[in-house]
Amino acid sequence: MIRIANAHLWVNDQEEALEFYTKKIGFEVRMDATLPEMGDFRWLTVGPAGQPDVAIALMAIPGPPVMDADTAEEVRNLMSKGFAGTVFLTTDDCRASYEELRARGVEFTETPEDRPMGFDAGFRDPSGNSVRITQVRELAAV
Amino acid sequence: MAFAPPARHLLRAKDLADARYFEPLEVDDLARAAGLSRAHFSREFRRVFGESPHAYLLTRRLERAATLLQNTDRSVLEICLAVGLRSVGSFTTSFTRTYGVSPTAYRAAFPPASRQAQVPGCVVRAYRRPQHRTFREDGAPERT
Repeated sequence: MIRIANAHLWVNDQEEALEFYTKKIGFEVRMDATLPEMGDFRWLTVGPAGQPDVAIALMAIPGPPVMDADTAEEVRNLMSKGFAGTVFLTTDDCRASYEELRARGVEFTETPEDRPMGFDAGFRDPSGNSVRITQVRELAAV
Repeated sequence: MAFAPPARHLLRAKDLADARYFEPLEVDDLARAAGLSRAHFSREFRRVFGESPHAYLLTRRLERAATLLQNTDRSVLEICLAVGLRSVGSFTTSFTRTYGVSPTAYRAAFPPASRQAQVPGCVVRAYRRPQHRTFREDGAPERT
């Protein structure tokens, strides 16, 4: 059976991202290890406390030779425009999650709105990555 | 005002400890979340959950600290601060009392975080490629 283990997000600054995803979103650190044999690559993963088998790897944008300078610049550009990647979160109560995160200083780009799939709100992480938080509507029995 | 059973107030405090343990939370903050005076809150919390709010908050922090000792390569001081405690001395004492070994000894029982990190193969491949890959062919005329 194929399952999702991790997905990654590029981030401008791993410390800043870590602070954001743990202290503001409330995720837990899953793994934080720096590997000298990989040029001090830092494997940093975070995930929701109640979902131990899925994590997001917060990846620093590498330099050459892993990624050439032009590509790194393109990635930064895409991030700054908000097109690099999106995390889709779900919640039991979108409005409550919105209020909770907003109280912790998360700046929402979209307040909870009623959409066909349910209540949905959105914010950005410090790198510009889009994060959605959706209260999925229960489908009517058919 | 809508009726809410008393335990619901206490659960709010317990949830706060679980969710925000990394902040400088004190029992006073938990009592405030429950809307009770500190003395009354502590008594009620213990009655309902079987341990004092102080012990509950501390063990939540220690449990996280133990995980971070195992899964990260951060220093003991960094971990102490990351779980909302400010004194590394009392952290070490509480940890040792709870787990029977010091934070450093606890960590030593596990492989280093760098060995546990399940870094995907594609990342390892990209980052471990030797950096000096020029074998003088760059300047050589292209072969025909």
